[in-house]
Amino acid sequence: MVIYGVALLSFCMLVGVFVGDLLGEVMGVQANVGGVGIAMLLLLVLSNLGSREAALSPITEKGIGFWSAMYIPIVVAMAARQNVFSALSGGWMAIVAGVAAVTASFAMIPLLARLGRGGQDDS
Amino acid sequence: MILETLERVLSGNGLITAFMFVGALVWVSYLISGKLTGGRVHGSAIAIGLGLVLAWWGGQATGGSRGLSDVPLFAGVGVMGGAMFRDFAIVATAFGADVRALKGAGTVGALSIVIGVLLSFVIGAVVAVSFGYTDPIAVTTIGAGAATYIVGPVTGTALGASSEIIALSVAAGLTKSVLVMIGTPFVASRIGLNNPHSALIYGGLMGTTSGVAGGLAATDPKLVPYGAMTATFYTGAGCLLAPSILYFVVDMLI
Repeated sequence: MVIYGVALLSFCMLVGVFVGDLLGEVMGVQANVGGVGIAMLLLLVLSNLGSREAALSPITEKGIGFWSAMYIPIVVAMAARQNVFSALSGGWMAIVAGVAAVTASFAMIPLLARLGRGGQDDS
Repeated sequence: MILETLERVLSGNGLITAFMFVGALVWVSYLISGKLTGGRVHGSAIAIGLGLVLAWWGGQATGGSRGLSDVPLFAGVGVMGGAMFRDFAIVATAFGADVRALKGAGTVGALSIVIGVLLSFVIGAVVAVSFGYTDPIAVTTIGAGAATYIVGPVTGTALGASSEIIALSVAAGLTKSVLVMIGTPFVASRIGLNNPHSALIYGGLMGTTSGVAGGLAATDPKLVPYGAMTATFYTGAGCLLAPSILYFVVDMLI
């Protein structure tokens, strides 16, 4: 049933956010640490657990697939609720700081990607 | 009477209105993508861009902090695009992801998060200093804001920064997030962002969950789980490093 997939997805997200909040508390940080990442790993583990008997039925998978397909529209809605006005009216310093940080981070990607690949080749 | 009833129905069913509205926005965007750009600019990139323009308009019209969703008719957009549905959809994209690529996130992912936080922080702090800020608390808070718009206020509050400085740090973080959303599809091919491995690094370096979610959606939605996986640890790492070690270093240097 479709709801099984949605429920599994919800379970994974709630566990992930819960563990992420606990991690934040333990580390003394006022933020969620890795909640979404933990939830994704949990979903991968749980959906791959079953050999043949426990595997998700195609209809159950639809409950997860629907939300995965809703990703882009949700991100569009997310863009529409950003505080763009305040970002642009924060003055030059905020804009320069943001632009410089993004430019440097983009430039860093190829360097790190090469580094990671080199490491994998050695092993 | 008709208009009043219509308005009541639309704002009374906010989330449903948002589904219809976003659907129309995406449709228009794909039309623009196909007809005006010949498919060169991805439809979802245009949709995200239009979303940001509408967010700017909403903020300007209402003076609120949640973009278009502060307009009562579009309040549902705020629910649909809020952290709850965003994270739910991100988790769902992990279904069917390459387990081996995700498991390989370990070392290179952690490294990219630490480098990402340090890089953004240092650049934000240097910009703050070059704009004449000399108070270590202010410099640290603005540097933290250049990491993400959550790290900024968390750090500022922990250190006791003034509310103007905290607002500046949020503005820096928002600029970063918006720029990552818009810029990623344009630089993707130049920085080799076309495989799970570089997406992991991208998520760790950029760190802003909204920026990464938007940037990858506009580039290649298949890469979302890998970027989101590392980005989700970034804000936590930033909140850990900025008010402690990084503040001490800034305090020593200034």
